[in-house]
Amino acid sequence: MSLDRATVARVADLARIAVPEEQLEPLVGELAKILAWVEQLAEVDTGGVEPLRSVHPIRRAWRADEVADGNCREAILANAPERENGFFVVPRVVE
Amino acid sequence: MGWTIRGRTGEWELVCGLEVHAQVISKAKLFSAAATAFGAEPNTQVSPVDAGMPGMLPVLNGFCVEQAVKTGLALEAEINRVSIFERKNYFYPDLPQGYQISQYQKPIVGRGWILIDLPDGGTRAIGITRLHLEQDAGKSLHGAREGVTLIDLNRCGVALMEIVSEPDIRAPEEAVLYLKKLRSILRYIGTCDGNMEEGSLRCDANVSVRRVGDPNFGTRCEIKNVNSMRFVAKAIEYEAKRQVDILESGGVVEQETRLFDATKGETRSMRGKEEAHDYRYFPDPDLLPLELDEALIERLRAELPELPDAKKARFVRQYGLSAYDAGVLVAERAAADYFEKVAAGRDGKLAANWVINELFGALSRRGLEIDACPLPAEALGELLDLLAEGTISGKIAKDVFQKAFETGRGPREIVEAEGLRQVVDAGAIEPVVARLVAENPQQVENAKKNPKVVGWFVGQVMKATGGKANPGLVNDLVRKALGLE
Amino acid sequence: MSGLERLGLVEAKRLLARREISAVELTRACLEAMERHRRLNAFVTETPERALAMAEAADGRLARGEAGLLEGLPIAVKDLFCTEGVRTTAASKILANFVPPYESTVTAKLWAAGAVLLGKTNLDEFAMGSSNTTSAFGPVINPWTPPGQEPPLVPGGSSGGSAAAVAGRLCPAATGTDTGGSIRQPASFCGIVGIKPTYGRCSRFGIVAFASSLDQAGAFARSVADAALLLQAMAGFDPKDSTSADLPVPDWVGGLTGRVKGLRIGIPKEYRLDGMPAEIEALWARGAEWLRAAGAELVEVSLPHTRCALPTYYIVAPAEASSNLARYDGMRYGLRVPGRDLVETYKKTRGEGFGAEVRRRILIGTYVLSAGYYDAYYLKAQKVRRKIVQDFEAAFARCDALLTPTAPSAAFAIGEKSDDPVAMYLNDVFTVTVNLAGLPGISVPAGLSASGLPLGLQVIGRPWDEATILDVARALEEAAEFRALPPLLAEG
Repeated sequence: MSLDRATVARVADLARIAVPEEQLEPLVGELAKILAWVEQLAEVDTGGVEPLRSVHPIRRAWRADEVADGNCREAILANAPERENGFFVVPRVVE
Repeated sequence: MGWTIRGRTGEWELVCGLEVHAQVISKAKLFSAAATAFGAEPNTQVSPVDAGMPGMLPVLNGFCVEQAVKTGLALEAEINRVSIFERKNYFYPDLPQGYQISQYQKPIVGRGWILIDLPDGGTRAIGITRLHLEQDAGKSLHGAREGVTLIDLNRCGVALMEIVSEPDIRAPEEAVLYLKKLRSILRYIGTCDGNMEEGSLRCDANVSVRRVGDPNFGTRCEIKNVNSMRFVAKAIEYEAKRQVDILESGGVVEQETRLFDATKGETRSMRGKEEAHDYRYFPDPDLLPLELDEALIERLRAELPELPDAKKARFVRQYGLSAYDAGVLVAERAAADYFEKVAAGRDGKLAANWVINELFGALSRRGLEIDACPLPAEALGELLDLLAEGTISGKIAKDVFQKAFETGRGPREIVEAEGLRQVVDAGAIEPVVARLVAENPQQVENAKKNPKVVGWFVGQVMKATGGKANPGLVNDLVRKALGLE
Repeated sequence: MSGLERLGLVEAKRLLARREISAVELTRACLEAMERHRRLNAFVTETPERALAMAEAADGRLARGEAGLLEGLPIAVKDLFCTEGVRTTAASKILANFVPPYESTVTAKLWAAGAVLLGKTNLDEFAMGSSNTTSAFGPVINPWTPPGQEPPLVPGGSSGGSAAAVAGRLCPAATGTDTGGSIRQPASFCGIVGIKPTYGRCSRFGIVAFASSLDQAGAFARSVADAALLLQAMAGFDPKDSTSADLPVPDWVGGLTGRVKGLRIGIPKEYRLDGMPAEIEALWARGAEWLRAAGAELVEVSLPHTRCALPTYYIVAPAEASSNLARYDGMRYGLRVPGRDLVETYKKTRGEGFGAEVRRRILIGTYVLSAGYYDAYYLKAQKVRRKIVQDFEAAFARCDALLTPTAPSAAFAIGEKSDDPVAMYLNDVFTVTVNLAGLPGISVPAGLSASGLPLGLQVIGRPWDEATILDVARALEEAAEFRALPPLLAEG
C-alpha cells in the first residue's frame, strides 16, 4: 500500500509529533520503505491462527484492594514543567 | 409507555440507549494502590503509576474485577471467562499515560437485561449490551488563571464500569426509570454508590428518532453530560424533538456528539471542539488476559443479596402489597429492610402505608435518606402496635409519628407522657355527647333529615376530647343520642 | 591498587570476601577508569559520590559478615532503569532532566544485594537502535576501534554504553535491556558475554518501556560465571509487574558446570542466510564442533518462520512503543516546548524532544494501529508471532538448546547504515526471534573477525531454562579461550 504525504501528516498529527514541512517528503520515503518491507508478512498463511496475547501462559494472583500508594504529592509534582497550589499547570484545554 | 412525538407530518418514535459510567466502590484504584476517596486535596491520591511516570506498570485490583462480575450477575448477564484489557490511545492532559486502559473487543460482561418498573405497576425489559471495566481520567480545572488549565489526577485510575444498554428505550421517562433501576441494583449489591452529584454515576444518551412503524433506526446523536436524573428526560426529549424538526423540514440528522446544557435546557453540537478520533485500540501488553474461574463466579453469585425484582415479587406475595407499593419499597435496599422490620408480625399493608406515606414523606420534607432516618423501624412498629391495640386513634397516631420523628422519643413514651391514650370508656364520652345535643337543637333536627350531619357531632366530640376519643365509639354514642339507632 | 577494574565479578567477590581488597578501592579503580576513558562516552551520568558512599557501606557490611550476593561489587546501569534521585534519561532529550522518585525493581534488588552504582550508561534513545548512535547524548565508541580509525566503531545497541564500559574495563559488569537483541548484539560487537533471560524472569517495573511484550532486563559481564552472578541478583518475581513470573530463581551460579555431555544442540537451518559472511559461518561451525567435542549431540532443526521475524518485530515493537511513549507529552515531567495552544505544545514537545529514529518508530507504530490498518499489520504480526513461538516449541521437542551466530557481522563504523533504517534493522536478524518467543538467549565471544574484531555465538534455550544455556555458553567459553583485549587497553 502506498503512503502519501497526507497520510504521513495525519499519522504525525495523531501521534502529536510536529514534522516540519521540508522533512515530510523524506519521511514519506523512509516510512514507505519500512512498510513495504514489513508487508512481506502478508504472504504468510495465518488462517486459523489466534493472535498471540501473552508469550508465556502466566496466571497471577490479583492485587488485593488495599491502599498502599499515593499520598506523595511532592514526588508526583517534583518533575513538573509548571505547577501551582498542588496542581499541574498545562496550556489551556479548550472545552 | 406509548410515547410519541406528533410532528407536522406524522408520529415519531424515540429510539434511545444509555451509556452509564459507574464508579466501582473500592478502596484502591483499578491498576494502582492509591486511594479512591472523593474530595481529597489535589494530587494527593496519585501514585507514580497514575501519573504515567516512566517505567510504571499497571497491576489489576482483583476486588474491582469481583465488583464487575457481581454487577454482571445482578444484570443476569453473560460473564466472559476471558476478557482483554486494551489501550485506547488519545492525548489529553488529564490522561497521563496517553491511553486509557479499557476493554474493547472482549468485555468482562456480555448481554444482560434490566426490568424497569412502569408507573402502572407493569414492567418492561431493557437489554444490556455489555459491561466493561476501565480507568477513569483525572480532572481539569479551567478558568483559575488566564490561558492555563490545572490538572488534578486524584480521580485518575479509579475503576469504572461502563454499562451500555441496547437502544430499547422508547420514552424519555423510561430512561429515568432505567437509570433509577440500575442505580437501585448497583446500590443493592454495593458495587457503586450511585451518587450523581459526586460523579460516581454518569450518563450519556444515544438518541435517534424514526416514524412510528418504521423498523429501521435513524441516525443517532450521542448526548454527553446528562448527569442528573432531572435532566435525563429533558435532554432526551429536547434532542428527539430537535431531530424530528430537522427531519420534517427535509434536513438530515448528522451523527455527532452533543452536549446537554442544563441551564438552557438544550443540547448543542461539540463539533469543531472534538476532532475525528482514531483510538488505535490494541491489547495492553502490560496486562495478562483477565481469566475468571467458575469457583469465583459461583462464590460471587452466592454472595448476591436478594435483588429488587425478587424482593418486589416477594413483598407482593408475602405482604399482599400492590405491585406499585412493593416497587416503591424495594427501590432502596435500606428502605425495604426498614419496611420488613416494621411489617414483622404486623399487618403488612398497614406497615407499607405508614412507611410510604408518613415515613417517606417526613424524610423527604427533611431532605433525609433512609440511612439517616431518626425514627428506628422498631419505633414505627411500636406506633402501629399502639394503633392496632386501640390505644391511640389513627389521627393521634399521626401526631405521635411526627413527635417521634422529630424528637426521637419512643411512641409509647410520647402517648403516656402526653396522655394521648384513646378514650374507650363510654361513660367519659356520654356527658360530652349529651351536652352537645342539648346545646344544638337545630343540628339535631338537621341530623334526623340528613345523616351526614352525624359526622358534625362526631367531629365536635373528637375536638372536645382532644382527639383521644375512639371514633367508632363516639359514632355509636352520637347515633344513639340522636335516636338514629 | 591499580588494575582492580580489570577484575571480574566472581574474582572480585572472592577477594572482597577475603578482605584482600576493599569495595572502596575497587570502586575507586573503576571510577578512575571511567574518567580515563570518557572519550568512549559510555556513561550519560556518573555517580562517583554515591558510588563511594555505597562502597563504604558495603565495606562495613563485609566487615560485619553481612555480605549480600554482590556486596561491594561496582556495577554500571543502563540509563533506562529508573534510579531514585539519580536522573534517568533513556538517552532522550525529552527526559534529559528527569529524576525518578522511585527505583526500578531490578536495581533495587542490586542495591539490596550490596552492589555499588557507578553510573548510568549511554544507550540508543529509548533503546531504539542497534548501534548506540541515536542517543541524545552522542554515540558510544567501541573500545575495539583500531587506533586512529575515524569514524570509530559502534559498540552495537541499544545497550552500547553498558557493553563498551564492560569491554573497556571501566567496570566488571553492567545491566542492560534487550527488546530485539539490545544485550546480545552489543555483547557480540564488544567481545563480552551478554544474557537476556526468559521474558518474565526480571521485573520490568521501573524500566523505561520501549516494547512491553518484548523488553527484558539482562546482564553484561566478561565471563559466563560473572553474567550468571549478576543475573541471579537481578531476577525474581515482582508483584508490581503483571508479566513477571512467580517462579523461584534457580542457583545459576552454584549450578554452573559447563557440562554439555548428552545435551542435544539444535542448529536451525534457516539461520544460514544468503550472503552471510564466510567468517560468521565458519565461527558458527567451529562453535558446533566445540560442543560436539565436549559431548553434545548436534541436530539440525527447522524454524520455518525465521525470515518473518524481523518484519513481525518491526510491527509489534513500534506499535507498542507508539503507545508507551505517548506519556512523554510535556505535561507532568520532562521537556515542554511551549506552542500557541495545547495541541501545538504537544507537537513541538514531542517533535523536538524525540530524535529521528524514535519519531520514525512512533509514526510506524501509530500507522499500523490506526483504523483500517490494524488487521493487516498488527493483528497479522501477532498471528505470525504465534507461528514463530510454535516453531521454537517444535524445535525444542528435538533439542535442548539452539546454537546460532549472534549478529550477521562484526562492529561497523559510526554513520554506516544510518541512512537506511531497514539495513540497520537487519542487525537483529538472529536475535529478535528470541524476543518474539520470550526465550532466554546468551551471546558468548567466540573469536575474532579477519579484521580483528570480536564475534559472538548465541545460545537460545527453552523458557525458564537459563541454566542450560549458561552451561552451553560456559562450554563455548572454555573452548574458545577468548583472551583478546580491545586496542583501547593495549594503548594503555
